Amino acid sequence: MANEVCFRTLHLDTPWSIDAYESVGGYSSLKKIAAGELCYDTIIDELKLSALRGRGGAGFPTGLKWSFMPRNMPGQKYVVCNSDEGEPGTFKDRDILRYNPHQLIEGMIIAGYVMNATVGYNYMRGEFYEPFARMEAAIAEAKERNYLGDNILGMDFNFELHNHLGAGAYICGEETALIESIEGKKGQPRFKPPFPANYGVFGRPTNVNNTESYASVPAILQHGGQWFLKLGKPNNGGTKIFSVSGHVNNPGNFEINMGTPFKDLLELAGGVLGGKQLKAVIPGGSSSPVLPADIMMDLTMDYDSIGKAGSMLGSGAVMVLDENTCMVEVAAITAHFYYEESCGQCSPCREGTGWMSRVIHRILKGDGRAEDLDNLDRVAGNIMGRTICALGDAAAMPVQGFLKHFRHEFEYMIEHKRSMVKG
Amino acid sequence: MGKVHIEIDGQKLEAEVGSMIIEVADKADIYIPRFCYHKKLSVAANCRMCMVDVANLPKAVPACATPVAEGMVIDTRSQKAINAQKAVMEFLLINHPLDCPVCDQGGECELQDLSVGYGDDVSRFTEGKRVVKDKDIGPLIATDMTRCIHCTRCVRFGQEIVGIREFGATGRGEHMEIGTYIEETVESEVSANIIDLCPVGALTAKPSQFKARAWELRQAPSIAAHDCLGSNIFVHHRRGEIIRVVPRENESINEVWLSDRDRFSYQGLTEGARLLNPRIKRNGEWEDCDWQTALNLVASEMKRIIGASNGNDFGILMGNNATTEESYLAQRMLRKAGSNNIDFRTRRRDYTGDGRGSVRSGMNFPMENLDTMDATLLIGADLRHEQPLTALRVRKSTGYGKAMAINPFDGEYNFRLSNELQPKSNMLAQEFACVLAAADALRPESLNAEAKEWLDGIEFNDEHKEIAQNLIDGEASCILMGVYVQEHPQAETINWLAETLASVTDSDWGYMTQGCNAAGNKIAGAVPCQSAAGGKSEQGKTAKEMLTEGLKGYMLVNCEPDVESIWAEQALQNLKDAEFVVALTSFADGRVPDYANVMLPIAGCYETSGTYINVEGKWQSFAAAVKAPGEARPGWKVLRVLANLLDLSGFEYESSLQVINELREKFDAVGDVRVARKVPPPMMVVNEQETNRECLGLYMVDPLVRRAGALQKTPKASTHPISISRVKTR
Repeated sequence: MANEVCFRTLHLDTPWSIDAYESVGGYSSLKKIAAGELCYDTIIDELKLSALRGRGGAGFPTGLKWSFMPRNMPGQKYVVCNSDEGEPGTFKDRDILRYNPHQLIEGMIIAGYVMNATVGYNYMRGEFYEPFARMEAAIAEAKERNYLGDNILGMDFNFELHNHLGAGAYICGEETALIESIEGKKGQPRFKPPFPANYGVFGRPTNVNNTESYASVPAILQHGGQWFLKLGKPNNGGTKIFSVSGHVNNPGNFEINMGTPFKDLLELAGGVLGGKQLKAVIPGGSSSPVLPADIMMDLTMDYDSIGKAGSMLGSGAVMVLDENTCMVEVAAITAHFYYEESCGQCSPCREGTGWMSRVIHRILKGDGRAEDLDNLDRVAGNIMGRTICALGDAAAMPVQGFLKHFRHEFEYMIEHKRSMVKG
Repeated sequence: MGKVHIEIDGQKLEAEVGSMIIEVADKADIYIPRFCYHKKLSVAANCRMCMVDVANLPKAVPACATPVAEGMVIDTRSQKAINAQKAVMEFLLINHPLDCPVCDQGGECELQDLSVGYGDDVSRFTEGKRVVKDKDIGPLIATDMTRCIHCTRCVRFGQEIVGIREFGATGRGEHMEIGTYIEETVESEVSANIIDLCPVGALTAKPSQFKARAWELRQAPSIAAHDCLGSNIFVHHRRGEIIRVVPRENESINEVWLSDRDRFSYQGLTEGARLLNPRIKRNGEWEDCDWQTALNLVASEMKRIIGASNGNDFGILMGNNATTEESYLAQRMLRKAGSNNIDFRTRRRDYTGDGRGSVRSGMNFPMENLDTMDATLLIGADLRHEQPLTALRVRKSTGYGKAMAINPFDGEYNFRLSNELQPKSNMLAQEFACVLAAADALRPESLNAEAKEWLDGIEFNDEHKEIAQNLIDGEASCILMGVYVQEHPQAETINWLAETLASVTDSDWGYMTQGCNAAGNKIAGAVPCQSAAGGKSEQGKTAKEMLTEGLKGYMLVNCEPDVESIWAEQALQNLKDAEFVVALTSFADGRVPDYANVMLPIAGCYETSGTYINVEGKWQSFAAAVKAPGEARPGWKVLRVLANLLDLSGFEYESSLQVINELREKFDAVGDVRVARKVPPPMMVVNEQETNRECLGLYMVDPLVRRAGALQKTPKASTHPISISRVKTR
């Protein structure tokens, strides 16, 4: 079964309207809270039971994260949704915002209730104009029915939600850079600790989750954590939206159960374009290491399975590469992206991303040298784990991945000054 | 705060909870390499050089941003730590030009030093290097931004310490550049501290650019001579030439900072036209002569004028840079010769406080306490331009405390004021009195009957009350009077008000004095009302009387009244009309040659030994860093010989140390006695014309600064003084 959680309104006309959402049980969890049927502890327990893990890429258990928020601390607290969706290959949040905005809104309201936060920010990337308009309309609808605003459904609880458009920086998808950006500063990650749960937006406790994570919450509370867990597999609860792109016949978003074999996902996406052979897959957005076809075809789509194979489920952006793809070219494009998007704050990332990008482009130009590959691997290793945020790792991991599985293509290009696959 | 026990490189240490590994290591003298970390700045953790190995953590962590925890075991030299440090060093060097041979920082560069330990012999980076276009940020700081390693110390200094964001980082990734955003000059009065902060050669001192190599320099500790703080400095010189001045750390005075004025004033010594020989004016023409001839002439003229007028018609004016020794010898010589006409306060209008107050003038509490004041009230104080580093301390206190100001001008502040009153300049005392009246209403039991009578009929509003309340509420609070107050016709009234308000509100109080040695000059007795260490003296003529009424003979010691004094025009005329003017000066230019009859070359700052007593009463002695040029001699020696030629006894000093020790003994015998004021001073109505005037500009305060080329080219040199046009009327 597909489209059971975040895309559950998709089969309806105008799936983004509040009526469509209510017709599938939308806002029923919030109503349960208002009726006193769901309290703080139950919500956290259900979330923990559901094994919902952060859908933004890191896969941190959401129930645990929510329980870290000091809900009884006096003063302002914030709920922030990360809809920056900057990871190349990812386009799932956009469709949640476009087709089911109310589920996100309900999820954030519930988060606000759980954390005693009265203000929420939904931070969207600057290009999301259509989703922005849908969200604005949805917020207006929700206000009209008293799901948002003061004394929500008669409770002693107020919640305001603001949409915030970014200005075009990949780094603003990193939660602390996103917080800086909301504050009106240059998007640069903060050193952690302190974590946002203690020191977030304007120095106040803040919870940051991905759009899909928030949007999963109302369904979990409606049907129970056990139901969600059973959709997936242990420790990898629920469904996940995979954004399949690249060399497939039918690219798009697919909300499927966690643990679905990759084979099935590829079939859903219509198989490899033009019936060609599958060469490799980047399974979780551009920062996840590439996996060759033979490894990939045996994997199931969940955090643990892909993790064990040496890559990451990440944000669920599955990029399919066919047999005619030159891996040096893909590596060059990827490296260039991180070179352009490094915030420049810490030395290893600022200097290292440029170094890697230049070397790979030089190889691509036919000026590669034998020692370049070891050097690349070493530089990537030197960046790993030595930066403030994860962008350094995100830049280094794919380079190491390409070298690990496709070193022969690089070597061929250095030696023959032309691509092994393209001739 | 609690303590935790940790181990760094096998050394067992006790550390404060919440301190960072690098702080604990620094205290224990365990060096961890770093670029972005600086003890005075916030933690940025962006250079990643200080990575250390903490047991049980999978990755190396930055020592500057990792708080210590009980039982933590840290290794700064393990393979894991060194691998991380070497990796970072390689990244920092790939885009660095490595142009050490032509870089001014070479030899004292943190990057260069650390690359010896952590860098490789050969670079594995074979791509093109990044180049950044140079910026012109003014006459003080030279930039070579290609060398920048983006540690952001300069950015954080502006944001956090100064409170003026002059620098920022634009662009991202490898395209990130440190700069002023839109081509602009760096204008703050403490801007050059970023030269010291910059760990590489991106920001270097422009006036000393390419003048010398760090290893050729010798350094001499000294005391800065342009404001009453007495900032501690090192004079760096090579073969008798001063190359530059840098701060010497003294947590209780200047911390690690230095104002631009103190840093670059030394240029005046080489850029001003130095007087190299004694000179006598004959028939309107200047002739060089030997010391003997010149001093004999001075002695005979002094004897003649003092003798003929019973001491009335001769007077000595001391300049702002005069050392305590010079002042002591000058007043002793003059008094012994039969006159009491000596003063250094060429910018004072109100002398009614003479004979009262303390022997020393200044603050009655340590400057350090300014950092932690809950409430600070400024009266006529333009801290940023008078004592720039004091403004940094007050700014620090505003993190949690309040700063308030009653300034009759539109002041520039680098901190937020909770209350600001801007009276007309002639109503300063009246406005201030309202605050005292408010304080009296809040604490009616504090004042005596006389004071209450004085306050009778003075009305106050909510703002006055709030200011008084803030001072009362603050556990630590203070009232600071600025230089403007000391130039005000009602200085004494304002002084009494401050002292009284301080006692009512349990606050500290003090005034920030003009020049670098007001306290020293006063203790030395260079005032017409008291001799050394508060000793009795018949009342002589004040600076105002000497300059406005005219004398037959003047001696100027490092003083240019035609520029410095409030009565500059009258002073110039009277000096021209005098029968005899002898100037002890370091410079042969300016207008002194127009009116002097004899010019005696004395050593300038850093060329003489001496003592400055700062505003808190700290005696700071220093030795000469370099030799004075030509025939110039230290002022104290000239005065001593002159006293001998005047046939005065007791001037057999062999060193300046002997002079200061003599004064110190006298001072210690009496201590800083205070003569309390019995009756409150009168409240006068003063004419606005008498108060509205230009302050002495930031870079106009003494002969040396006026000749410092780079400082004179800065925008501050032309936009300051605060002119009448900027004084708001209410």
